[in-house]
Amino acid sequence: MKIVVCAKFVPDATADRRFRPEDSTVDRAGVDGLLSELDEYAVETALTVKEAGDAEVTILTVGPEQAADAVKKGLQMGADAGVHVLDDAIHGSDAVATSLILSKALAKLEADLVVFGMGSTDGGMGVVPAMVSERLGLPAVTLGSEVTVDGQTVRIRRDGDTASDTIEGTLPLVLSVSDQANEPRYPSFKGIMAAKKKPVETWSLADLEIAPDQVGGASAWTEVVEVTARPPRSAGTIVTDDNGSGASELVEFLSTNKFL
Amino acid sequence: MSNVLVLVDHTAGKVRKTTAELLTIARRLGEPVAVFIGDGVQEALPALGQYGATKVIALTNADLTQYLVAPKAEALQQVAAKVEPAAILIASSTEGKEVAARLAVKLDSGLITDAVDVVAGDGGPVTTQSVFAGNYTVQAKVTHGTPIITVKPNAATPEAAETSPEVEEFDVTISDAAKTARITESKPREATGRPELTEAAIIVSGGRGTGGDFGPIEAFADSLGAAVGASRAAVDSGWYPHAYQVGQTGKTVSPQLYVAAGISGAIQHRAGMQTSKTIVAVNKDEEAPIFELVDFGVVGDLHKVLPAATEEVTKRKA
Ligand SMILES: Cc1cc2nc3c(=O)[nH]c(=O)nc-3n(C[C@H](O)[C@H](O)[C@H](O)COP(=O)(O)OP(=O)(O)OC[C@H]3O[C@@H](n4cnc5c(N)ncnc54)[C@H](O)[C@@H]3O)c2cc1C
Ligand SMILES: Cc1cc2nc3c(=O)[nH]c(=O)nc-3n(C[C@H](O)[C@H](O)[C@H](O)COP(=O)(O)OP(=O)(O)OC[C@H]3O[C@@H](n4cnc5c(N)ncnc54)[C@H](O)[C@@H]3O)c2cc1C
Repeated sequence: MKIVVCAKFVPDATADRRFRPEDSTVDRAGVDGLLSELDEYAVETALTVKEAGDAEVTILTVGPEQAADAVKKGLQMGADAGVHVLDDAIHGSDAVATSLILSKALAKLEADLVVFGMGSTDGGMGVVPAMVSERLGLPAVTLGSEVTVDGQTVRIRRDGDTASDTIEGTLPLVLSVSDQANEPRYPSFKGIMAAKKKPVETWSLADLEIAPDQVGGASAWTEVVEVTARPPRSAGTIVTDDNGSGASELVEFLSTNKFL
Repeated sequence: MSNVLVLVDHTAGKVRKTTAELLTIARRLGEPVAVFIGDGVQEALPALGQYGATKVIALTNADLTQYLVAPKAEALQQVAAKVEPAAILIASSTEGKEVAARLAVKLDSGLITDAVDVVAGDGGPVTTQSVFAGNYTVQAKVTHGTPIITVKPNAATPEAAETSPEVEEFDVTISDAAKTARITESKPREATGRPELTEAAIIVSGGRGTGGDFGPIEAFADSLGAAVGASRAAVDSGWYPHAYQVGQTGKTVSPQLYVAAGISGAIQHRAGMQTSKTIVAVNKDEEAPIFELVDFGVVGDLHKVLPAATEEVTKRKA
């Protein structure tokens, strides 16, 4: 079985994430980046399936030069190969365009099982898996908090707002997993050394038969009009509880502000 | 005036508050046309009329509810082809976002998710999104196709505008391809009797500092008529169900009042609550980062402060 994990390179959430003033796109070069933490759960899922049977795991990323780090992290965790779609024309792509690039690459890779994270930690739209499923005409089982692959059947448990559902589909299929699905492994020293020898291919848009004007900022179907930093919250009142004083003052605050 | 489609979010005809919000927003952009999928349209009609739906398009094809999101997107595509709407508004739930994602591909249209506000602009709707854990606000618009926008709960205050909409039955054909993933079992969650997290005006959340005892959190929440939330640390420890997690991988909430008890205020938690109108924290560590956000903070033990506060609130309310 051929498993492909779509993994995104994102700016570190604990660093000072910002936008590029010149075109209001995310600054992906000036801020430290990493494999989106939520995609580690997808890598772990793929590796678990592989260990239970016979499968090859490829990490697929679309992103700037530094995004090679995301592929590398997946390889260090235990994936077998990587594909990095890299092309200057991709800069500024929106979700619709990103899903087009991923779909073409997935078709070329002839994936049986495509695994996604639940959402990136930067854009966080949570829409790319559904878009890719739509484009490839494959079934999608999304947001699995528990995943079992049983022959050709993929079954997940999805914990929704009103119910916990069991959802099933047949391979080939698109799967996305939540951060409840597993505990992603850390790369071992052996894994880090082995990753250096694993094959990574870099593909351009031309390799995927995508015209440059089909993607990127110029043809994005959504446009950012304005970006504003949120004004810092004004400093609040902080009291220290002394034998019940904290509760009284808290209730007084709630009362004054009409929450009672 | 042009039509604006609103996908109705409901359970067996009981319309959720987000739909009233979407209809209110739709009126800023054109004439709201509600799309109702499933059973119970007659029951839903008064609520849809109250918030200004000029027409209700009802789709009752059984395939629409037995399978996952793909058939709903197919149905909306067919409705859109007939109505030629100026925009399509969908609630920002996990299902809503997936329906929107598929629809965007089908209609060759731009998609904006998680809008916290939508207004009419020169070239179509202009949305506001709160991004990067709430540290930035982004104004955006769709420049290609039919703008598809998913809107977060509480993005607008529902404003009544009484109409008496007609119901138009609409026949859709669902392809076999859209029926490939199926729900084989569904276990409904037990009702708590508390308001729903994403819609609540007040939320009281507990974290690792509860030490596993959510009793004081629930009691304080009940005294205020609030919903209960939890940090990921509390959820991961098995103390509270994941459906109540607030933060990046849980719910994003924006209530009038958010009370964080025994929660440190990590960036991923902030991402889910930073836009709350008023923030209160109870934490025994005065250095906890949550205090950077608060309007009012108590440095103290939540096991002492919350029960005393609950008693006081109950007394005042009596
Ligand atoms: C703050 C912000 C707001 C944005 N708002 C919008 C908007 O409203 N509309 C819009 O069209 N675009 C928007 N974008 C751009 C959008 O985020 C990117 O186009 C992105 O490539 C796709 O969306 P996502 O990261 O939200 O993906 P999600 O849908 O959240 O990602 C889900 C999964 O898809 C996979 N994946 C996503 N991107 C890649 C990739 N490049 N390589 C490999 N796998 C990937 C990962 O497995 C990931 O876990 C926004 C970007 C930012 C930073
Ligand atoms: C990709 C990713 C996604 C994540 N998503 C989320 C998310 O959606 N939601 C989320 O919450 N987190 C999320 N996290 C985890 C987040 O980083 C923090 O680990 C988490 O929020 C910590 O929870 P906490 O504040 O309850 O626990 P801690 O950080 O351990 O804080 C506990 C606090 O309780 C206080 N305390 C202890 N005892 C008492 C007492 N008796 N009375 C009062 N105060 C007391 C302590 O002083 C401390 O400040 C995510 C992390 C990652 C990497």
